[in-house]
Amino acid sequence: MPQTLHIVVCAGIVPDPLQTLEPMTTPAGPGIKNEMVLPAVLDPWAASALYEAANLAAKNPGSKLWLVSLGPKAKLQQVMMTIAQKVAFELVPIDGPIGGFPDAHATAAALAEAIGAIPGLDRSKLLLFGGWESASRGAGVTLQLIGERLGIVDQFQGVDRIELREDGSFEVLERVEGGKHQVSICAGAPAVLGWATGNLPEPRNNPQVGMTNMRTIMPALQKAKTVALGADGLQYVSVSLPKQQRTTRVEKNMTPDEIAAEIVAWIGTE
Amino acid sequence: MSTDPDHQIEVDRQTMEVDIACAGFGPAMGGFLTTLTRAWTANPADPAFESRVAPGIPLQVICYERADSLDAGVSGVVTRAKGIRTSFPELNPAEIPMAVEVRKERVLYLLDPVGASRRSVFLRFGDALLRLGKGLWLKDDAFELPWTPKFLHKDSGLVLSIGQFNQWVAAQIMSTGFVQIWPGSPIAGPLVVGDKVEGLRLVDQGVDKNGAPADGFMPGMDVRAQLTVIGDGPVGQISRALVQNEGRALAQEWALGMKFVVELPEDTELEAGTVWHTFGFPEPEIFGFLYVHPERLASVGIFVPSWMGDPERTSYRYLQHFIQHPALWKHLKNATLRSWGAKSLEESGKRSEPALAGNGFARIGECSGSTNMLTGSGVDEAWTTGVQLGEAVLELLRTGGEFIEDNLAATYEKRRRESWVENEAREAEHARNGFHKGFVRGLIGMALAGLSGGRFSIRAHIPRASKQIRRFGANAAAELPLKRAAELCMEDGRPLHDALMSARGWPEIPFDGRLLITQQDALLMGGKIQAVPGFADHVVFLDKSRCIACVEKTCIAMCSGQAITLGLGNVPEFEREKCAHCGACLWNCANPPEGKDSNIEFRAGSGGLHSAEN
Repeated sequence: MPQTLHIVVCAGIVPDPLQTLEPMTTPAGPGIKNEMVLPAVLDPWAASALYEAANLAAKNPGSKLWLVSLGPKAKLQQVMMTIAQKVAFELVPIDGPIGGFPDAHATAAALAEAIGAIPGLDRSKLLLFGGWESASRGAGVTLQLIGERLGIVDQFQGVDRIELREDGSFEVLERVEGGKHQVSICAGAPAVLGWATGNLPEPRNNPQVGMTNMRTIMPALQKAKTVALGADGLQYVSVSLPKQQRTTRVEKNMTPDEIAAEIVAWIGTE
Repeated sequence: MSTDPDHQIEVDRQTMEVDIACAGFGPAMGGFLTTLTRAWTANPADPAFESRVAPGIPLQVICYERADSLDAGVSGVVTRAKGIRTSFPELNPAEIPMAVEVRKERVLYLLDPVGASRRSVFLRFGDALLRLGKGLWLKDDAFELPWTPKFLHKDSGLVLSIGQFNQWVAAQIMSTGFVQIWPGSPIAGPLVVGDKVEGLRLVDQGVDKNGAPADGFMPGMDVRAQLTVIGDGPVGQISRALVQNEGRALAQEWALGMKFVVELPEDTELEAGTVWHTFGFPEPEIFGFLYVHPERLASVGIFVPSWMGDPERTSYRYLQHFIQHPALWKHLKNATLRSWGAKSLEESGKRSEPALAGNGFARIGECSGSTNMLTGSGVDEAWTTGVQLGEAVLELLRTGGEFIEDNLAATYEKRRRESWVENEAREAEHARNGFHKGFVRGLIGMALAGLSGGRFSIRAHIPRASKQIRRFGANAAAELPLKRAAELCMEDGRPLHDALMSARGWPEIPFDGRLLITQQDALLMGGKIQAVPGFADHVVFLDKSRCIACVEKTCIAMCSGQAITLGLGNVPEFEREKCAHCGACLWNCANPPEGKDSNIEFRAGSGGLHSAEN
């Protein structure tokens, strides 16, 4: 039997991972060079959470879906144009810094406050979704901290599937080591679910969904509350990107087998 | 008559009604939507802005852009910004990332330090004379023109990144909430009923490479509109479909612009706002540029024109040789790659101007023939045509006029004909014809037209773009390199066009992993090219027997992303995931059916460049 759910997805925006990212020190601490120039995307892990949430809401008529996102207003607006045609949601924007370097505790506090202020949100029906990782500097704790602040004790991480049961409980598949899943049964909402990739493809662009979403997104952006995420006492000793090697070599005389063998040997040494 | 995009399958489609549907978001559409939005913001209660399709709410204006992001536009440009500054009188370039005022402009004639470029005897003689002044007037194998005509100057203009400029404009437009601009939304074609355009159709999603329904199939929606504004650029699907309906041919003159955006070394001597225009190298017909943005970023690239007859016109290899010219390399050798991109430029300008408006539609920007090939300028012209249409639409909204051909002619076309865009386009109309008779005559023709306000120029017959491609058999002297190139291909499997350049004496590129990189590395490191699944192939070879019979296969040579390669059975193969959507394949078909422009259909597609720094 369908249940009425109130699903809140916390989704940050990150510099598009396709871009050339270069860490640098700014007056406000570590940052990414030309960050405001680079296009932003919805954090891919959180995007999975959003698509799963939309699917769940669609299967349970009467459910509501909010997307809570913290970032510079202009960047949020840009990102909304790429996702608002995909699924229906109500945006709760928070105007703040981008980049993955703000303190996770301060970020969680701002998000929890925004969620707590959502009109009509019934915490007994609340499923708090987000990504269990991030394409930015993933602290890996923000979602848990939000859950703690909201008093939600049932928390799951690395989620790939949720199945609702008739009695209001649900089964959760969490990733564990060795490529396996742990199956848990939760008595019901409220709960926190940090999603891995889920199982759904990226939804197609639907212009009518986009038009409907934009009627609420633009006014929400105009009224977005500004927060300053303090970094008191937080210091970064060093910041670097994962090592990336790119070597081009033109080989004219090797057979495909020899090339494959060399690549395998190279991988083995890395 | 009902005209549907003929490659779309028959299926029930959702329909949406809007007042104004816009195809493509570039400078022209930026100008149009900025004009419209400002007027609405000044007085939202103006009854002129009440929707005609949904009375009681504001006008419904929607713009669909093919690229996955609004900042994925291609072009580092230098523009006089006359029209842009009229729209933004208080414009502070510092507000737009990568924008700066033009401070220093040079025109350089580049000699060939390699000895491989095809230079006429006359040019070689001139080069020899210039070399006598080595260290005096010739530095780093480059001769700086002591004087350049005014029509080439971009004084008080702007160096821009089109990607960033588009993003800046779009943010202002969308923040009003009046207009929606949707990226990642390719348009399959116009909806035409009789002689009226009634809107547009979005492409099908969830299809296989041939367009057949697959997982998650979603038929493209029909968006019906009172007015369809077409600003989809030189190779846009809607614009070309209507050109076909009008019985017109494709524009005859084209160029492929290809460039790197680089970060200059910390000790660079090049100041932001520096602008170089070059010609003479790597081939006399190839014009080049270097524009320096703030933050030590620079755009450096070339234009390979259709009138360069070589069938092996391979832009990427030429770009690699261009940046190694001593005059440039001394500034670039320690630079690092930030971005790469390519796009087609429609270079016929005024001469290929289609109908500017008709029943239910209007064209703006490059697809409307606004590019000025004498001044080498298109962005400002495109912006201004958008503003002109915006003012015309406002006039019609306020007077209650329908968006029909006569009304649009009396408002939009009238404004355009009376503007500087039209005056300068007329001066430029025949300015570059001389290049069809040779490089030197081309330069003379340009000078004549520029200095006489277009009264004089060198006249020439300009064939279709496909006919400008020289056939391999047409030049006996080319046979020897062709054989040598074929041997090279057999040796290491490289593409024929690349081997031909090596056979003609161009040195191999000494890859260094920084700026001297393979074409595929440029795609990945620079262009960040990718394509999401679920869309059909947008490059389609119509009659494969013509491809098999085609010796030149210039479509492969000119493909900026190496997305077209030679497949089994001598048939070109297309890989959507590598396509930069430059559209060069469209005008580089060497063997089209008789009376046609191309054997290649370039449809609306998803994906492409994902760099915001172009």
